[in-house]
Amino acid sequence: MQKPALDEAKRQLAVCNACRYCEGFCVAFKAMTRYRAFDTETVVHMSNLCHNCQACYHSCQFTDPHEFDLNLPRALATVRVESWESHVPFPGASKLFQSSPLVALIAVLVVAALFWLIAEIPWASSATFYDLISHESLVLIFSPLFLLPLLILFVGLSRYWRTVNGEFITWNQLCESLRSAATLKNLDGGAGQGCNYEKEDRYSQARRWAHQATMYGFLLCFAATSVATVMHYGLGLVAPYPFLSLPKLLGVSGGLLLTLGTSKLVYLKTKANVELEASGRRGSDYGFITLLWFVSTTGLLLYWLGGTELSSSMLILHLAGIVCLFISIPFSKMVHGFFRMAALIREAQLRGHDA
Amino acid sequence: MKVELPEITPDTSLISVGEGQFDYDVIVVGGGNAALCAAIRAAEAGASAAIFERAPREYRGGNSRHTRNFRCKHGAPKGVLTDSYSEDEFYEDLLKVTKGNTDEELARLTIRESETCYNWMLEQGCYFQESLSGTLSLSRTNAFFLGGGKALVNAYYNRLESLGVAIFYQATVLDVVIRNREFDGVLVDLDGTQHYKRGRCVVLASGGFEADKDWLASAWGDAARNFLIRGTPYNTGEVLKGVLAGGADQVGDPTQCHAVAIDGRAPEYDGGIVTRVDCVPFSIVVNQEGNRFYDEGEDVWPKRYAIWGRLVAKQPNQVAYAIIDSKSKDLFMPTVFSATVTESLDDMAQQLGLPEDEFLATVQDFNAACQDGDFFPTELDGLRTKGLSPGKTNWARPINTPPFYGYELRPGVTFTYLGFRVGHDAKVSFGGVPSKNVWAAGEIMAGSILGEGYLAGFGMTIGTVFGRIAGEGAGAYAKASA
Repeated sequence: MQKPALDEAKRQLAVCNACRYCEGFCVAFKAMTRYRAFDTETVVHMSNLCHNCQACYHSCQFTDPHEFDLNLPRALATVRVESWESHVPFPGASKLFQSSPLVALIAVLVVAALFWLIAEIPWASSATFYDLISHESLVLIFSPLFLLPLLILFVGLSRYWRTVNGEFITWNQLCESLRSAATLKNLDGGAGQGCNYEKEDRYSQARRWAHQATMYGFLLCFAATSVATVMHYGLGLVAPYPFLSLPKLLGVSGGLLLTLGTSKLVYLKTKANVELEASGRRGSDYGFITLLWFVSTTGLLLYWLGGTELSSSMLILHLAGIVCLFISIPFSKMVHGFFRMAALIREAQLRGHDA
Repeated sequence: MKVELPEITPDTSLISVGEGQFDYDVIVVGGGNAALCAAIRAAEAGASAAIFERAPREYRGGNSRHTRNFRCKHGAPKGVLTDSYSEDEFYEDLLKVTKGNTDEELARLTIRESETCYNWMLEQGCYFQESLSGTLSLSRTNAFFLGGGKALVNAYYNRLESLGVAIFYQATVLDVVIRNREFDGVLVDLDGTQHYKRGRCVVLASGGFEADKDWLASAWGDAARNFLIRGTPYNTGEVLKGVLAGGADQVGDPTQCHAVAIDGRAPEYDGGIVTRVDCVPFSIVVNQEGNRFYDEGEDVWPKRYAIWGRLVAKQPNQVAYAIIDSKSKDLFMPTVFSATVTESLDDMAQQLGLPEDEFLATVQDFNAACQDGDFFPTELDGLRTKGLSPGKTNWARPINTPPFYGYELRPGVTFTYLGFRVGHDAKVSFGGVPSKNVWAAGEIMAGSILGEGYLAGFGMTIGTVFGRIAGEGAGAYAKASA
């Protein structure tokens, strides 16, 4: 991580820690009270605990033009994104993905072109869904594309865990952190009023809802794929599945949530103050959200188009989107969820020490 | 924060008493807690209201920006408030800190009304939070604003916007025109252009004068030049001064101000809460000459920090130094500026610019006077010095374990007491006769209740209670006279 970002966060945290008015907002401020001074490990931990609800900024009596010039959401966001890149292997890939929203778009087009070529190779010939792309070729392509990024992410998280001196994770710590993530507790503002985002110093639940629609939509789609895998290999049931089947019900509901959630997230982002984020990240954030939107929307269209001739090109676009999403997992905004979970677990451990 | 407040010469030719339409039913001068409460109440009563806030939007809210709670009577656990806090107990607490220098009728009115403020504030969009860490002693008596005073102020401004109240920032009120106890209008500078705005009535809620060092110096002498102002640089008291000169009844005098000992490196204005240095009870405090001058361990810090402002103010150059050793370094709230850390006391003297011999002798004498005994940082432990003058009556442990930590202390002025004498209806009186249409709320009249001393969170209670009373009165008056 860059020294300037860490030093700036430390400077600001020292002011916050002497004030503590924001203690009730979120887990990061509660964690702050544990410390008298902030070393690198602590700052990195706190930066990933911060959910960027921005309430501390709008409540702060020391923001610009005050000479203390506090902007903790940005200071922590800057350390946070640097902490991802410094812990996940191949930082060059992260830099590439973060450089422009167009990277994701170009990647999708390139992969789609590749798929189109592959689909032309007649590996399979049964008269099913896999007429378009053989199931074997799908597995062949997707397995490493799915597993390698996860491996890279795992290495990144392990390194992070060492940085923050993480310990063995207990069931209770895991459940506590999952509960926090499941409800997005730390965007509720502490009193359930929501966070400051698209309406400046007015509170709103919009971002929390949009994020959860996105997250649960994604998880439902993931579940749909998992169920379909089991049905295919375990039960010998081959796609396409009828509407009243688990993969379809999960997939369609998930797809709808994901499309709506990501649309709303993009809209909210256009209203939000860019000064309260890490600088130079908004473009790639749009790219990442749009990629998610693309995957879910093409998935829904695929279902809607059914067996029409458009469906084959839609399938290619959809699968290309999925591939790009997976490849970019360790290098895109996607990592925020994993690092935040790690931070929440670590915080549960530290709270355990306090008790 | 340092701001350049331009000298504006009032263009009195704009003042046209009794002529033309009323611009607003209710004009509120000021933009802090009391002003906001008044404007909300007036607007809720159906009056058209305008609020003139001198600061720009980012500094709106006066000293309320720096507050964190309000003191609240309650008969049973209420929201974040634990247990109960009766009117009598509240009043007793007030008597203790003011040494009886209060108005019982107004004080009890404030206390009784404080209970109704809690839910009202929630309705306006304020949120409360549990007592902050390190303030457990206040969890029964004080309701903390989630996010602090600026979050509260934001909520009130948002509420005013919803109510359609006209809000003017960087609006300097140059003259409040009152003829024969009757308000007519204000001369106000808006973005460099002066206007005369007429109103059916006015609420004066523009705070004290603590940011006017000339005014402070007129009472304190040149010592005041070295004071730090903990709050907004916009509280220079022009409105207070002008209306008092126009014959309003006064309470308090300019020598009275609430000053605490804060970090000497704090900004000249607006350092707020973070400039506090809470190590005094565990330290020895010496002046520039290297001598101790007061019992650092007289009582727990929350009960003593307020007297240290005046103590330091009386020292040469209004500066003092608190020195602890490593035994005590984690016993108090973290400070925003790091301490001067040295391995030896000689070094400490050098780095703080103290006369070495004097300082070393002071520490030596102090250490020699320390007695064996049990040390309890959170309670009066009676661990006192023997045969030392001034003695230290609690937490007296020798300063002998390096590294040593030194903090510079200066007086930090929080608020002033001089203001308008008001009645229970928050009306300003002139020569003992209440005005028809001039109300006051907040710091500008708090001296009517708080003659001296301070009770944590009571300023916000006075502001909220009297802001509401003033706003209701003004709103009703405006509707009746429309």
